[in-house]
Amino acid sequence: MAKLLEIEDLHTQFFTSAGTVRAVDGITYNVDEGETVAIVGESGCGKSVGAMSILRLIPWPPGKVVKGSIKFQDKDLLKLSDAEMRKIRGNDIAMIFQEPMTSLNPVLSIGLQLTETLQHHLGMTEKECHARAVELLGMVGISEPDRRLEQYPHHLSGGMRQRVMIAMALACEPKLIIADEPTTALDVTIQAQILELMKELTRKMGVAMIIITHNLGVVARYADRVNVMYAGKIVETGTAEEVYLRPKHPYTLALLKSVPRIDHPRGQKLDPVDGQPPDLARLDDGCPFRPRCRFATDKCETSNPTLEDVGNNHQTACWNNDNLDKEQRAAS
Amino acid sequence: MSAAIDENAVAAGTAELGNTLIDVQGLKMHFPITEGIVMNKVVAQVKAVDGVSFRIQKGETLGLVGESGCGKTTTGRCILQLENPTDGQILYDGVDLNTLNSKQMVPFRQKIQVIFQDPFSSLNPRMKIGEILAEPMKVHKIITDKRARDERVLDLLKVCGLSPRFADRYPHEMSGGQRQRVGIARALAMDPEFIVCDEAVSALDVSIQAQVINLLEDLRDEFGLTYLFISHDLSVVRHICHRVAVMYLGNMVELADCDELFDNPIHPYTKALLEAVPIPDPSVESGRAHKIIKGEIPSPINPPSGCVFHPRCDVAADGCPKVVPEFREVKPGHWVACTEV
Repeated sequence: MAKLLEIEDLHTQFFTSAGTVRAVDGITYNVDEGETVAIVGESGCGKSVGAMSILRLIPWPPGKVVKGSIKFQDKDLLKLSDAEMRKIRGNDIAMIFQEPMTSLNPVLSIGLQLTETLQHHLGMTEKECHARAVELLGMVGISEPDRRLEQYPHHLSGGMRQRVMIAMALACEPKLIIADEPTTALDVTIQAQILELMKELTRKMGVAMIIITHNLGVVARYADRVNVMYAGKIVETGTAEEVYLRPKHPYTLALLKSVPRIDHPRGQKLDPVDGQPPDLARLDDGCPFRPRCRFATDKCETSNPTLEDVGNNHQTACWNNDNLDKEQRAAS
Repeated sequence: MSAAIDENAVAAGTAELGNTLIDVQGLKMHFPITEGIVMNKVVAQVKAVDGVSFRIQKGETLGLVGESGCGKTTTGRCILQLENPTDGQILYDGVDLNTLNSKQMVPFRQKIQVIFQDPFSSLNPRMKIGEILAEPMKVHKIITDKRARDERVLDLLKVCGLSPRFADRYPHEMSGGQRQRVGIARALAMDPEFIVCDEAVSALDVSIQAQVINLLEDLRDEFGLTYLFISHDLSVVRHICHRVAVMYLGNMVELADCDELFDNPIHPYTKALLEAVPIPDPSVESGRAHKIIKGEIPSPINPPSGCVFHPRCDVAADGCPKVVPEFREVKPGHWVACTEV
């Protein structure tokens, strides 16, 4: 498959009074056409900042992409002018935000918000816009689209609003959709509806998707590939199956052991990692996970591992994954 | 209050009679919607909880699950006497809490504690952690000597896995997980018997959530606590609860032992709910059907007639919109409100 997006050695930093926060600290990954890539990690690991950097939505001051390249269809997005970037946002790359409550404008009707991108990017007339808007709402499963176009966001439920967000993202038939925690604010049955809808529409239209989430179950169900992030870095990457069934990084392993599972009988003890993620303003040269890591050695104190191939299109950034491997094999 | 309690409801959960701690019967909580400033007349009722009955044994953890607006939090608030129920009984060790005045309620306020969802808004930002933990002991005159109280504060911090130096810190200096531990320590300060955990781990990240779940389990074993564990996260509920009740639109639709409910769900809503939860294992996920429940939760102001679930149900029959299904025991200890199963 052709590469759609290539991110290389991306560094995004925030210059605050408390020091320089290295929110994204050198991440490299690709997204192929039509592929769904998940980025998982806990709060503050840089997954959202990484995605916002792609669309150049990091507010300056205090934030800035200080290094790296983001190639989208062979154009480096970081080198484009603001006007050129505006042509890409919402047109070739669309975004779905977490909070459907705050990401829609409360004083504009659904119809107006939905047709804005169509007018701006495709130069459609009002009549064409209306027809397309009705079609889009139908596509995302909203009944009576004509009436809904007149309504305002507060008339709709959370699930409905997220459907409108998806319709807006799909409006210009983008090549890539970035979905930042698209279902976190929703109930589980509605979450399932929305994710099924996103999967169906992206497959049908051949749209690639970057889905950012902290929910490991959502990743297992919908993603082709997974990037696990910790303290601004990708610590493990591979196909969903590889990463879940044969984790090679102590953090991934710990995450998987921390989630209670609905298909496991009660009474099993969870095995969480002690401690907390590090302060991103005070990172040193060592591996940021080492204070919480069972496998840490002296080498981890002084040098930070980079992603290494471990076979099967699977990479991990750990000095001691041989030890982890041994333990895993002994356990099974 | 007697007419509203039906026979079946009273019998719910009778299996382990004898050491029942909490006995909720026919609980209803309707919130009026009023219109007008001068005439202020009631135009409708939000039926947040509409006839719910269950029992909790001593030392047991009962899970209360359901989606937003199903009435699970309101049920918890009624037990805590933070709401004044419209109808029904809440017996705590045989005493009807609804009949007590605020003075008689004081000893029960000590025995019944709560852990809230949001560790950011449930701690007073102007008080140090030490003061937050000491205040309830002072108010309830549990420990009157200041030095003994400070010692107890340090004990509580230790029990909840926090360093003693946190006693001199303010909530904003702590992370979400640490704050939630403070919330737990504050509940423990009163030597409670019963704790309502209202989405106590929902706001936390996966690795921190697991730490707090383990802490709650350890404390339960150590102090013989009884929990009402309110959550929308079914995986967490399966992990921590002995028995589980599923609510939908103010009604209880299913109640059973934890493993029984998750392995053999009977009510169509429970089935749909379990089907919707993604499992963090691609090899399991690829083999699942992913059948999706249609529609959204109706408004509790004007709930559907008969069985409230019938508009979204795939086994609904002609009778469902007309008859309110009775909550019946289909297997020992397994209660369901559905006529079609």
